[in-house]
Amino acid sequence: MTVLVKVMLKPGVLDPQGKAIADALHRLGYGAVTDVRAGKLFRIEVATDDPKAAREVGSQMAEKLLANPVIEDYELGLEAAGAAAGMEAGALR
Amino acid sequence: MSGARPGGGAGAGAGTPRVAVVVFPGSNCDEDAAIASRNVLGADVKMVRHDERALGDPDLVILPGGFSYGDYLRSGAMARFSPVMESVAAFAGQGGAVLGICNGFQILCEAGLLPGAMLRNEGLRFVCQDVFLRVESKRTPFTLAINKGDVLRMPIAHGDGNWTAETRVYEEMLARDQVVFRYVRADGSRGGGGNPNGSLDDVAGICNVKGNIVGLMPHPERAAEDLLGGTDGARLFKSFATTRMAMHGA
Repeated sequence: MTVLVKVMLKPGVLDPQGKAIADALHRLGYGAVTDVRAGKLFRIEVATDDPKAAREVGSQMAEKLLANPVIEDYELGLEAAGAAAGMEAGALR
Repeated sequence: MSGARPGGGAGAGAGTPRVAVVVFPGSNCDEDAAIASRNVLGADVKMVRHDERALGDPDLVILPGGFSYGDYLRSGAMARFSPVMESVAAFAGQGGAVLGICNGFQILCEAGLLPGAMLRNEGLRFVCQDVFLRVESKRTPFTLAINKGDVLRMPIAHGDGNWTAETRVYEEMLARDQVVFRYVRADGSRGGGGNPNGSLDDVAGICNVKGNIVGLMPHPERAAEDLLGGTDGARLFKSFATTRMAMHGA
């Protein structure tokens, strides 16, 4: 299965990258942009077909390495692989 | 752990001090730290690779500056899982002195040996310049022989030095005197552009509750000889030597 881990700075934590991107968007004329937060998305292939196991290992990896709990929150998502290749492609592209 | 002496970890007996400098893939101030340790402390220096576990019975472990593991993911996040860090944590747990400089400070935060975390610099730029630091606490081996309030000039060179912590954690740190250095102006006053990276409350360096683990963003080893343009950084090493001598009654 494919585990998706989305890592974002916690609300309230200053995001200098997001701020710079918002400034750039304003300069491009997107005056309606009121805020940008920049984050990271990890797409991890895991050798299991069990969604529960994939979710469990994803959450362990997020807590041990992918996110720093002092400044970041994470969210997990799952994608089926192999037989469901069509769905996977549809979901991502 | 193999790295620390039983019953102390901070070195037994005076004599020549022993310093272990940890070398991660991407460390680039390891030799500077070794040279400062030799020239200022007169130390025997052992370079310890990231994949080694034996620290060599040191009095002091230095985690040097650089870009360990390319700063991938977050600065210091990968280095934290190096085999050597288990030995460093055990050494520190027994009271051994650990100094994390720049990337070394980032690694100590990621490893949970020091509180807080690093954000990208507020101005988003990699900052390479001299800064002024005010000594805020004398409770660490590196500041015991320096006066509180003294202003030291040292270089910085980092992109992720914007240290932060949760309010509750920071309040506890203040109550326990864990802020060791703050960025100031040349005259020692706060504000007015003294803080180069936007760190919380102008914090430049901190220690753990016990005071034996210290991390700071500025580079004392790059201001340890006249030839380098300044000697204020040497005062941290000299303070460590004084503390060590006092501990051993020599």
